[in-house]
Formats: sequence, structure tokens, C-alpha cells
Amino acid sequence: MKILVPVKRVVDFNVKVRVKADQSGVELANVKMSMNPFDEISVEEALKLKEAGKATEVIVVSAGVTACQETLRTALAMGADRAILVETDVELQPLAVAKLLKAVATKEGAGLVILGKQAIDDDANQTGQMLAALLDWPQATFASKVEIAEGSAKVTREIDGGLETVEVKLPAVITTDLRLNTPRYATLPNIMKAKKKPLETIKPDALGVDVAPRLKTLKVAEPGKRKAGVMVKDVSELVDKLKNEAKVI
Amino acid sequence: MTALVIAEHDKSHLRGGTANAITAAAKMGGEVHVLVAGSGSKAAADDAAKHAGVAKVLHVDSAVYDAGGAENFAALVVPMAKGYSHIVASATAFGKNVMPRVAALLDVAQVSEISAVVSADTFVRPIYAGNAFATVQSSDAIKVVTVRATGFDAAVAGGSASIESMPAAPDKGQSKVLSQELTRSTRPELAGARRIVSGGRGLASGENFKMLDALADKLGAAIGASRAAVDSGYCPNDYQVGQTGKIVAPELYVAIGISGAIQHLAGMKDSKVIVAINKDPEAPIFQVADYGLVGDLFQIVPELTQQL
Ligand SMILES: Cc1cc2nc3c(=O)[nH]c(=O)nc-3n(C[C@H](O)[C@H](O)[C@H](O)COP(=O)(O)OP(=O)(O)OC[C@H]3O[C@@H](n4cnc5c(N)ncnc54)[C@H](O)[C@@H]3O)c2cc1C
Ligand SMILES: Nc1ncnc2c1ncn2[C@@H]1O[C@H](COP(=O)(O)O)[C@@H](O)[C@H]1O
Repeated sequence: MKILVPVKRVVDFNVKVRVKADQSGVELANVKMSMNPFDEISVEEALKLKEAGKATEVIVVSAGVTACQETLRTALAMGADRAILVETDVELQPLAVAKLLKAVATKEGAGLVILGKQAIDDDANQTGQMLAALLDWPQATFASKVEIAEGSAKVTREIDGGLETVEVKLPAVITTDLRLNTPRYATLPNIMKAKKKPLETIKPDALGVDVAPRLKTLKVAEPGKRKAGVMVKDVSELVDKLKNEAKVI
Repeated sequence: MTALVIAEHDKSHLRGGTANAITAAAKMGGEVHVLVAGSGSKAAADDAAKHAGVAKVLHVDSAVYDAGGAENFAALVVPMAKGYSHIVASATAFGKNVMPRVAALLDVAQVSEISAVVSADTFVRPIYAGNAFATVQSSDAIKVVTVRATGFDAAVAGGSASIESMPAAPDKGQSKVLSQELTRSTRPELAGARRIVSGGRGLASGENFKMLDALADKLGAAIGASRAAVDSGYCPNDYQVGQTGKIVAPELYVAIGISGAIQHLAGMKDSKVIVAINKDPEAPIFQVADYGLVGDLFQIVPELTQQL
């Protein structure tokens, strides 16, 4: 079984983004970019499945600008076998990405696609579910445990009330949550080796996908600021403030 | 123009922010219908019909929808969608799972976790962990929208909508729920709680984390946590507050032994009053706190519990 792992290049999770003065977007110049943290978890899970003999090949795919190659190289250095860049300068929204991924998954004959549950830039949490819909495959979202059996997968999901275990028929789409695993680091020798692994570039046109955005961003604004608070010296003062000033207890 | 709200319910009542989604849907400009699906869910349909602003409830009494699986829900909603301008649900684990599947099958975008409605086609939503708010306009014929419950008041009682029964769609049989391990608690539900006591890595163990119980009991509060506390196994996963956990906005949020990472703040900085208890005076949580107390939580928490 081939596993396809979509990885997105996003602003690093440690960066606090700033809104541009003209409100056209957030400042991305000279900002550190990394692989979406959930996608590192997806890569790790795919590699573990391959190591356990449940998969034959791990293919990573990223859609976006040329620089996404760096993200793909990171995934190759973690251990993925080969990479595909769907290259475009167009701003990609989840529906367009899902269509591109459907084309790639079909072309490659993937038996499982593992995505992150959410990209930490757009916070959309859509692409995996959309891909599953377009392929008419079952979906197991927000996974914290994955077991692959013959023709099916048993997935434990993080839901609002706790945990839920579902069984989905393969082929399927899985999206990863934080507690699924701890991603490995790429070692220096593996980073060197990754440079020689195959990285193919294709254009959306070649996949027959129209990637035009459906949502237009009219403006991007700063969140409202909280007014500065006060420090209290002890518990008595805190209780007094909560009772008599804030009146919340 | 009519909006269809996909309800979450426990067979007898709407839950999971559905009442807030009804308010958001009403702001989109047209009538509001609510879909209640699941076996033995007549009481929930009745409850939906009583919410102010609801014109019609569509009720599907079928076990196919009991587990809330996205495959079957999408197959039910998509054929109905042509009659609607908006399909709306609360941005809960259920809504996040189902709605993008609906959107893709309709070949439309989804607008995720809106915090405000500007007009029928324009919405405000947080991006980058709430460090920016984007105003987005949809050009699609049907708008699929999930709603951040904290951005909208819950619709109140006062309606008397008609209830129409609808047949179920065939079971797609792609997925089945084997088991659920739900956190049992007599405390208020975290997402809608008026008061929350939240613990972080500073609690240092699952055993210590339990000291929050007594404080929460005194306050009638729900208990939340940082990712670090959940990852370390101090408490269940559904306690996580933040960018990738639950979004809360209680009247009182008490952050204990939590540093205040961007991802945590994303989930709680709309709380009305924030209290931070931390031994590090430089902890970023103090920048959003209304009342900060620097000190050892192992002394402060028992003292606070006692003084309340
Ligand atoms: C993709 C991604 C998603 C994430 N999503 C979330 C999310 O949804 N929610 C979330 O919370 N985090 C999330 N995180 C993690 C986040 O970045 C932080 O790592 C996490 O919030 C830290 O938790 P913490 O504050 O409990 O731990 P720490 O940052 O370790 O802070 C512990 C605090 O406790 C204080 N302390 C220690 N001992 C005591 C004591 N005895 N008395 C008083 N104070 C004490 C310390 O001074 C410190 O400030 C995410 C991270 C990533 C990469
Ligand atoms: N441009 C992209 N290239 C590759 N994968 C992507 C891209 N956008 C989204 N994804 C995948 O979809 C997941 C969810 O993203 P989103 O729906 O945008 O929150 C990510 O974690 C990735 O696995």
C-alpha cells in the first residue's frame, strides 16, 4: 500500500505574526517558515506504518510556491521515499488543495492519505475531509491512534467529549491530532541523503484542476487588545478584587 | 434566502453550540431551518422548534446518524442543500468533521469558525491562532459556514417552529463506531462554561492536577488545561483549551501553572476576566491577565480554595 502525505509550508509555530499596516494580510517577509506541525505528525505515522510492514512507499506532496521544496526535503530527510511539488503562485484554498490531492492520490494509486487536522496559518481544518468527499472515501479525522488491518483501519479520534474509536474501510483519509505520536528529527546523514531522493514538480493544469480561489479576503485586521491588568500581592487581595471589582464571584 | 443549521443534540436537547449557530444563521439574513437527525431524537426536534428565530425543523429519526459520522451526514445534507443559501453548524468536533465534506460535495468553499457575520456573503474569521482576523467574501451560490460559539449569543427560547419528518438516506457503510471513551463529569461543559479553572505543566503530575477539583467545585467551574498538561497525561484530551483544542470565553478563566503560549491564548483570550497564577513574573500569560498573582501554585491554590 502506498501512503500519500500532504505537507504544507506555513509560518513557524513560534512566530507571532503581525498584520500589515494596509490590512491586506499578515507580514510574511523574513518570517521563519516550517512544515505544519500536524504534517510532521502525519509523516511520522506514515513512516511507522512502513517500518511495521503495513505500507510499501511513503510519498509526500506539497502544493504551493517553489519554496515548498524545502518542506518536502524535510519530509524526505525524516524518511519519506519521494516527493511531489504541485507548483503554483496562486493563493490556494482548501477546496483547491483537496482537488489537487485527489488527482495525485488517484494517479499514484494511494491506499491511504494522512493529512494534518489543521494548518496553523489558515486554521481551516477542511482539506482532509474535502479530499475524502471528493474521493468518496471514508474519513477518520483527529486521530490519536491508528491501527491498519486487512482492508480496514481502526482509528481512535479525539472528540469533544473524549475519545472515539472508528473502523473505516480502506482506502481512507486520516487526519492527525497532536497526541498521535512524537515526530522524529531528521539527522544530518539523512538530510544529506534526502538531497538525492526524487522530487517531481507538476503544475495544477497538468492535473486538470482549476485552483481559482472561491473566497476573497477583503481585509485582515489585528485582534482587539485586552487592557492591561494588575498584579495582586496575595490571595486575599485576589479574592477581594474578584468579588468587589470584577464582580465575577 | 434560507439557512439550514445542522444540529448537534443528545436526543433530548440541542447542544454543542447549536443554539449559537442558530443566532449566527439568523444574522445571514433569511429564514432559519434546523436539521435534527438521529434515532429517538423527537424531543431534540421539539427543543429545536422552541428556539427563537427557527422557522422550521426537519427531523430524521434514524440510527444511521447516531454516531455522527461525516459520510452519512454529508449524504443526508447534500441533496437538501439546493433549497438553501447557507448551511451552518457549530465549529465543534462534529461540525468540523462533517461540514467540509458537505462543502466539497457541493463544490463550494467552507468558511471556518466565523466570529462575526458582516452580510449574507461576508464573514469574519480568526487566522494564525487568532492573531489576525480576516474578513472574507464567498462567491459560491451556497455558503457552508462553521460558527465559533463564543462569537454569538445562544438563541433563547420563544419559538414555535413547525416540525417536518424526513426519511433517512441509505447507510453508506464506509465507517462504523466501535467504542467511545467519554470523560464523565458532573461539572459544566467546558465549551459553554461560565467559569473555568485551567491547569498547565506547572501542576507537574496527574495527582497534583486533581487539586483543581476542589477549587472548581467551590467556583462551580469547568476544568480546562493546556496542551502540555494533556500531553503529559495529567488530564483527558477533551480538556485542552487553545488554537487546536476548545475555544472558550467564560466570565472567569483562572490559568494555573500555564505559561501563556500563543496557541493557548488563542483559545481563552476572549474570556471576560482572566486570572493568572504563575511563579514566573515574566510568563506571557500575565500580559493578558486582568489579575496576576506571582507565586507557587501549590501554596496559592489551596489557600484560594479555602478563602472562597
Ligand atoms: C501545532 C501546535 C498546536 C498547539 N495547540 C495548543 C493548544 O490548543 N492549547 C495549548 O494550550 N497549547 C497548544 N500548543 C502548545 C503550546 O505551544 C505550549 O507548548 C503549551 O501551551 C504550554 O503549556 P503550559 O503553559 O502548561 O506549559 P509551560 O509552557 O511549560 O508552562 C508551565 C508554566 O508553569 C509555571 N510553573 C511551574 N511550576 C509552578 C509552580 N509551582 N507554581 C506556579 N507556576 C508554576 C511556569 O513558570 C510556566 O510558566 C500547541 C503547539 C503546537 C506546535
Ligand atoms: N498547500 C498544501 N499542500 C499540501 N498539503 C496541504 C496544503 N494545504 C493543506 N494541506 C494539508 O491539509 C491539512 C489541513 O489543512 P487546512 O484544511 O488548510 O487546515 C494540512 O495539515 C496538510 O496536511
